[in-house]
Formats: sequence, C-alpha cells, structure tokens
Amino acid sequence: MCGIAGIIHRDGLGDIGSEMTRMLQSMKHRGPDSSGFALYGRPDDLFVMRIKLADPNEERDFGWGDRLERHRNEIEHRLAKIGAMVDVIHSDQEYAYRVTFRYSGDLKPLADYVEDVPGCEVLSLGHSLEIIKDLSDAESVAQRYDLAGFTGTHAIGHVRMATESDVDISGAHPYWAYPFSDIAVVHNGQLTNYHMWRRRLERKGHRFQSECDSEIIAVYLAQKMDDGLSLETAMKQSLDELDGVFTYLVVTADALGMAKDEMAAKPLVLFESPSLVALASEEVAIRAVIGHEIDTYDPYEREVLVWHR
Amino acid sequence: MKISYDARGLAEPDAQAPGIAKIEGEGPQRQAVFDAANLSIRQINLELRRLVYAEGITGVTIQNPGAKHSIAVGILTRCRITIDGSLGYFGCGLIDGPEIHVTGRVGWSVAENMMSGVVVIDKNAGSLAGAALRGGDLAVRGDVGARTGIDQKGGTIIVGGNAGMMTGFMLQRGRQIICGNVGGGLGDSMYDGAIYVGGKVASLGVDCVEAELTADDHELLERKLRIYGMGPQGSFRKFVCGKKLWNYDSLEPAERKLVL
Repeated sequence: MCGIAGIIHRDGLGDIGSEMTRMLQSMKHRGPDSSGFALYGRPDDLFVMRIKLADPNEERDFGWGDRLERHRNEIEHRLAKIGAMVDVIHSDQEYAYRVTFRYSGDLKPLADYVEDVPGCEVLSLGHSLEIIKDLSDAESVAQRYDLAGFTGTHAIGHVRMATESDVDISGAHPYWAYPFSDIAVVHNGQLTNYHMWRRRLERKGHRFQSECDSEIIAVYLAQKMDDGLSLETAMKQSLDELDGVFTYLVVTADALGMAKDEMAAKPLVLFESPSLVALASEEVAIRAVIGHEIDTYDPYEREVLVWHR
Repeated sequence: MKISYDARGLAEPDAQAPGIAKIEGEGPQRQAVFDAANLSIRQINLELRRLVYAEGITGVTIQNPGAKHSIAVGILTRCRITIDGSLGYFGCGLIDGPEIHVTGRVGWSVAENMMSGVVVIDKNAGSLAGAALRGGDLAVRGDVGARTGIDQKGGTIIVGGNAGMMTGFMLQRGRQIICGNVGGGLGDSMYDGAIYVGGKVASLGVDCVEAELTADDHELLERKLRIYGMGPQGSFRKFVCGKKLWNYDSLEPAERKLVL
C-alpha cells in the first residue's frame, strides 16, 4: 500500500522535520516497514551528504563496529583525495552519517568513489537536500535522527509496506536521483516497465542501489532535466513513458511536484493555500499539520502539478 | 478498562462506547451531539451506534471527524446523522436507511454498498464514490474522483461538479447524474443503467453509447437536481450500454425478461 506526503512553505521556512513526522505518523497503517524523509533545509555553500554504511537489521559479528569505523575513516580519506574539504562528519546512528564538505568538481565520480567503500550507500547529496530513512515508524526514525528541530522550505516523506523488494534502508523511500544534486522522489504504486528503464539508464552510466522500481523515477526525471527539460515537462513525459499505476512526488531545490498516472488508481489528496501546499495519500496526514477546517481535493488522472517556493 | 476481543481474537481496548454525547430534548425529538476530535474510529462508531440503537435517538451530530476513515458505516436504521467536517476513506458505507449529511469532503469509496438512504456531501469526494451502490441517493455537491459508481447495482448518484475517468465503470443498474464534465472512458463495460452528463465527455468507454433523452429522463433530472439544489453546466446528454458485449449464455430470470 505505502503512504506518501509532501509539504512546501511558499513564503519562508517551516518546521518541516516535525511536520513531516506528524504527516507520516498519521499514515503509519499504510506502511509499517520503514519511514523516510527528504528534507530541504536552508541552502548552503557546503554540500551535505547522507550516507549509510550498514543496515540496522543485518547480522552483526564481533568485528562489526570496528569495520564501520574503518569504513567511515576510509570515506573521509577518499573525500579528501578527490578534492573535497570535509567540514563535519556527524554520526546519527552507528551506521548512518551526515557529512558536510566543500567541493567544486563533478558529483558522479565523488558519489561513485564514496560508494566504492564496502557497505556504503549515498542516500542523498546536495546543497539543501537531506534524505533520512530507516526501519520502523516515522516517530521512531525522527527521534533517532533528531528531526524535531529541522527547519526548511519543503519536504516529502514515505511510509513503506514492502511488496517488491527487501525491508531494508536501500528499499526505503525517498530516493535520491543519483548523481544529480538536490532531487528526490517518493512513490506509491508499481512500475511495470521498470527493467527496461533500468537498463536504459544504466547504459547512460547511472547506478541503482536497490531492486525497488521507485528508484527509477528519481533518476529518470533527473536525467530528463539534465537533458534540458523543465521539471514539469519531464513529469508529463513520465506519464507516457512509465507504465503501471503510480502517484509520485518529486522535489528539487526549489520545487515540489506531483504526478498521477492515467488510471488514477493510487490516491492523493491536496490542500493548497497561498502560503502552504500539503498533499498526502490520506487527508488525515494533511490535517496532522493544519489545525483548522480546510478544503481539499483529489487531483485527477494524468495530472501533473508543480509548486515553487 | 474492560478489554474485549474482536472476531480475530485481537484485543480491542477501546471497544466501549465513550458515552460523551450531549443529548437534548425529550422523547422522539431528542438530538445528540458529540466531539470526535480525540476519539478513535472505533470509539466514534461505537458512540454513534449507542445513540442510534441503544438510546433510539434519530438525530445525531458528529463534530470534528478529522477525515478519519470508516465513520458511520453499517448503520441499518432510519435516522439523521450530520457529520460536521470531512471524512476519510469508506465513510457511510454499508448503510441501509439513514440520511447522512457531510458538511466537508469525503475520501475514497464513500457510501459504498449503500442499500437505501441518502448521503449528501457538501464538498468534494474522492474516487470510487458510491462503489457497488445498491439503492438510495448519493449526492456530492463538489467534484468526484475516478470510477464513480463502479459496479453500481442500483440507486442514484448525483454530482454537482466534475467526475474523473471511468465514471460508471461496470455500471449494472441505477443512474448517475453528473452536472459537470467527465473524464475518459465514461461508462466503460457498463451492463445497464443510465448516465446523464451536463458537461463535456472526454471519451466514451467500451460499449457505452449515447441515447435519446425521454420525458421520464427529463422528469428524473428535474426532480433530483431540485431536491439537491444542483444545476447542469450545459444540456444533459444520456449514455447507456450499447449491449455489444452482451454475450450471456446463462441469463438471470430478470435479465431474460428484458432481453428476450
């Protein structure tokens, strides 16, 4: 089933960490396996990278902790070697890190070099995007990663009921659009031409960290935008080129978008005001962040909407 | 706290009606109102059932429903229920008899499998409104999503605004009145029944054809729209089953009468 949610403050900053936590927690029944956040904080000159070095549910031997420490040090070493000036490496969990650094080169070789460290996966990379995802419900994940004080402009989130791939962090949403900066996607549905698009994008040099069909959408859109299309045009093309039933949300550094396939089989409820847009699989999620009575509606089939902050 | 167990053997710690409603008036004029803001879905429905069945109150108002799911389902008696706010999914389903007024919006599958009664929604409804409707009226003053009245087997769905794709998908019997525009695939694979559209039709579905409006059709449209205070965006057109896909080798007695 899965649940997706998005929020964008069009006139400033909001408490997007706690807002998205409340939205996702209200839809816990749609997906108990994992919860994920893509949060856009204040844009910074520094890059911020979220990585994981292991999964919380993987088997741990006596050398597990030492191995993670070695891999963490190796990442720091590799970042320096490729020309990045590391600012801070912060550990949220023993297997998950937030790294800030200065860097003026191409992101793809950097991401590839870092991910070459055993067990490492870059969850997000950009000047304002931070993807935090882990097993269990939204409140637990938010507490573990201290998201209560996270302020920013916009966010998307996902609660996952695993159907087509494993219950692990790699299978959790949101997906960063490797290797493009500050783009992420959450998705509710199934893509039936996933393998075809995966092969096409792999031939263009992209890598995929999961077996989850949703990962395709992020890279697909980012590649289109890299080819010169606007976000909205790329999303409209996706309605013709991606098969299956889907509703997805995409975020870039300054925009939040939604797209619904031609069968409109996956729900989405939308609230829009001059200062705030909130959308989710269920209205209870929107009401979790808006206390007063509101008017909402369901976007129709083949609808693509984009809001800028 | 008394803990009861449902049919699956799972504990239901909130299985008692909270008993918080304020009841005013005497005898058959009694009216009840309660605030659902801090109640679970189970508690809201238990309180509603307590008022309607145990107390015999025929007028109940539920405040602050908060778009929760599955509210006011399975009410099988004549009564008037006002839901002051919005509902989530599967609201007012499986009912037989009540008149329900929702002042806000409803999510997917409102009034699914309704046998009789009236459900009026002041704002929009999600997809699958009136799914498998058997009887009664479902009136939505705003827009509705996709597949309105899927598998409808009776009753009337009236929509003041627009409807999404596959409206009347697999319609078997009953009527739909859409005052606004409808999406693609109207009446796809419908077996019987009639769909009236006041706005534009994006495309017809498989085996759906346009038919002449009769005097009875005009009377029905005038009456239903007057009752619910709605009006068309243009002149109504009628759509029925083309019966090209009627390849039955074994007909129900009622269908046999119609076809043969």
